Amino acid sequence: MKIHQYDVVIVGAGGAGMRAAIEAGQRTRTAVLTKLYPTRSHTGAAQGGMCAALANVEEDNWEWHTFDTIKGGDYLVDQDAAEVMAKEAIDAVLDLEKMGLPFNRTPEGKIDQRRFGGHTRDHGKAPVRRACYAADRTGHMILQTLYQNCVKHGVEFYNEFYVLDLILTEVDGRRRVAGVVAYELATGELHIFQSKSVVFATGGVGKVFKTTSNAHTLTGDGMAVAYRRGIPLEDMEFFQFHPTGLAGLGILLSEAARGEGGILRNADGERFMERYAPTIKDLAPRDIVARSMANEVREGRGAGPNKDYVLLDLTHLEPEHIDAKLPDITEFARTYLGVEPYTEPVPVFPTAHYAMGGIPTNVDSEVLADNDTVIPGLFAAGEVACVSVHGSNRLGTNSLLDINVFGKRAGKAAAAYAAGADYVELPEAPETEIAATLESLRTSDGSENIAAIRKDLQDIMDANVQVFRTEQTLREALDVIATLRERYANVGIHDRGKRFNLDLLEAVELGFLLELAEVITVSALHRKESRGGHFREDYEKRDDENFMHHTMAYLDPESEAEGVRGVRLDTKPVVVTRYQPMERKY
Amino acid sequence: MTTEIAEPASKVELPSHLSGDAGEIPSFECTIRIARFVPEQDEEPHWEDYQVTMYGTDRVLDALHKIKWEIDGSLSFRRSCAHGICGSDAMRINGRNRLACKTLLKDLDTSKPITVEPIKGLPVEKDLIVDMEPFFQSYREIMPFLITTGNEPTRERLQSQEDRARFDDTTKCILCAACTSSCPVFWTDGQYFGPAAIVNAHRFIFDSRDEGGDLRLEILNDKEGVWRCRTTFNCSEACPRGIEVTKAIAEVKQALFTRAF
Repeated sequence: MKIHQYDVVIVGAGGAGMRAAIEAGQRTRTAVLTKLYPTRSHTGAAQGGMCAALANVEEDNWEWHTFDTIKGGDYLVDQDAAEVMAKEAIDAVLDLEKMGLPFNRTPEGKIDQRRFGGHTRDHGKAPVRRACYAADRTGHMILQTLYQNCVKHGVEFYNEFYVLDLILTEVDGRRRVAGVVAYELATGELHIFQSKSVVFATGGVGKVFKTTSNAHTLTGDGMAVAYRRGIPLEDMEFFQFHPTGLAGLGILLSEAARGEGGILRNADGERFMERYAPTIKDLAPRDIVARSMANEVREGRGAGPNKDYVLLDLTHLEPEHIDAKLPDITEFARTYLGVEPYTEPVPVFPTAHYAMGGIPTNVDSEVLADNDTVIPGLFAAGEVACVSVHGSNRLGTNSLLDINVFGKRAGKAAAAYAAGADYVELPEAPETEIAATLESLRTSDGSENIAAIRKDLQDIMDANVQVFRTEQTLREALDVIATLRERYANVGIHDRGKRFNLDLLEAVELGFLLELAEVITVSALHRKESRGGHFREDYEKRDDENFMHHTMAYLDPESEAEGVRGVRLDTKPVVVTRYQPMERKY
Repeated sequence: MTTEIAEPASKVELPSHLSGDAGEIPSFECTIRIARFVPEQDEEPHWEDYQVTMYGTDRVLDALHKIKWEIDGSLSFRRSCAHGICGSDAMRINGRNRLACKTLLKDLDTSKPITVEPIKGLPVEKDLIVDMEPFFQSYREIMPFLITTGNEPTRERLQSQEDRARFDDTTKCILCAACTSSCPVFWTDGQYFGPAAIVNAHRFIFDSRDEGGDLRLEILNDKEGVWRCRTTFNCSEACPRGIEVTKAIAEVKQALFTRAF
């Protein structure tokens, strides 16, 4: 057993993790533990842009951005946090430019900006050009730039180290961070990292769904590890379905396609968003567009042989404009569907994209053990966290912003905490539990197949917990998940080796997915209203009287929630500062 | 540059295939021949054949997953995003370096076995997984970050659209190593920086904001630097991002002639 010691350990090397590492690494001894090589993270797949009220091309200010974020999140956003994000967005963009990010430029040489869904001037009057971008590969540029700066600052990486447990020790009646347990993929060995601060930046959980824009590796690891250690998960019922996934594949086609003038049509050739959002039409927030698309298909106006998708039409745009602004996504359409976007509309359908919920934190990225108790030394940022700046529906570009603003805050706060704290003593053999789990999986010869269980999970989540939900579909999903968890107990794997045992890795990941699918569904069942990304056909209206609160789900063997043993649900008030909830119309 | 776009029509006539005809997705049989290797068990890699039924738009990655998930769970390979952005799954497919997630089976000759091997020139760890560390080491050595002097401006540094366009091609690199591991010089001399490192040096040397070009040129003037390139164009053909790698290397060579340092 190897034991390492660092002031700060950052788990995950996507945008949030590396942004945190750049801050912490310059202040204190820092290590980044990552399941993948750093530039493999899914931040790189983000396309369209990062919003900040730079006002480089037209009048804008961060207060409008704050309002859009709150309204976009259907008023479940914590308004103090949204204000922090919108205000610090400007520096976040400028920081990246100074680090070398090659943004597209205006004729004057300033950072160019374009339109994006839900971002408006003066509280909803008209779309505003707020998204700073680098063609349709903004996330790629951010990920590369952050990695480049980690190289510059000599940040220490442990590549292909998979964190499987969080070590919390009780000191004077309060749980504090002692470190993490990590599994080295290359050797199959466990390592203990003792540290004063731990930052979770492990990303999302898109793989609970079948049709998703998420990478195969996005299995909710950080959320599940925290949950199993008694940390609550906030607002897990809110999952964003991005309107324009390539039909059948889920590969993301950026909202920038609509920001640059693309529109959606049904099988009749109708620009149907004119009916659903008369003012901003195709640039309405994602939850509204996704639901409108699903509704078109449901009502029989879907296109294609099975009438199961709608069309993204770029054919009225100049090919040079498409090449300059949307080169990658048009190539995806050509490569994967054989469709030429210059001349043909592209088949698209909503794809599971982003978890609004996650590990609860305050604006300093400190993780909360309940509604307000901080766990000293534990931080989280990015998709794994819930600050909550996205509420019940995240606006496009606000995720790249979130990882930069709160990644930076987490890195600074983690370093500051470490500077003034001592190491917490490690319990004896903290790896015991994980070692036992891994060993039993590695040597198991059960009859159940990992891929088969995962497929059944993803199928039921797509069918029952997607854009439209009811009490009945959710209950059915919970029954199926319970059966799948039983089957999981009897899983067998082929690979008995220690070296790069990715069969074992997938088995562990599946355990996380099953657990989180249950949390998502239980939370969705509890919320008997429709808000943002969560739409209940049996409760079609937003209900501020009963549900203007965050959902907090705890793992608790003694409790029961919505008929599910082992989950306890609680609520947490939403922070409202300036904006009282209004009807959300676009 | 922001162009104003005319409001598109509320309704248009669509071609009939988009509103009508049901079509069966065609399936086909194929043989995937994979170089398997576990250092603890095998002295050297050996081929194994797998028969799989695949569908119209399936990619090599789908076939590998099918094998791993349904036939042999011990088959090991890296992958993540599955659409050509993360750079995890560069491999040698039918003798050419490509990303498994971007190579459609229907574009290969499925009447013969499709061979899949790890990329060459880097130590094989297991099956299709290689040790990427030497590759990243070369990348880190060329100082792949913006180098500037003097005080930082309050706002962004200005850069003209032309200056931004000058290095656009080389910003597309995803560090998949398809280029470097396709290079015959790299196969025989692992010390050679390789195309990917030079591409990333190019990205900064030709960025008008950067002031570290001379330092990088000095590094690449080394005997293991750009002069080892024999312009075989393997790298350009291998690049899944369509970067003109050989051209970028030539531009760096040119800069060594013209820039005084």
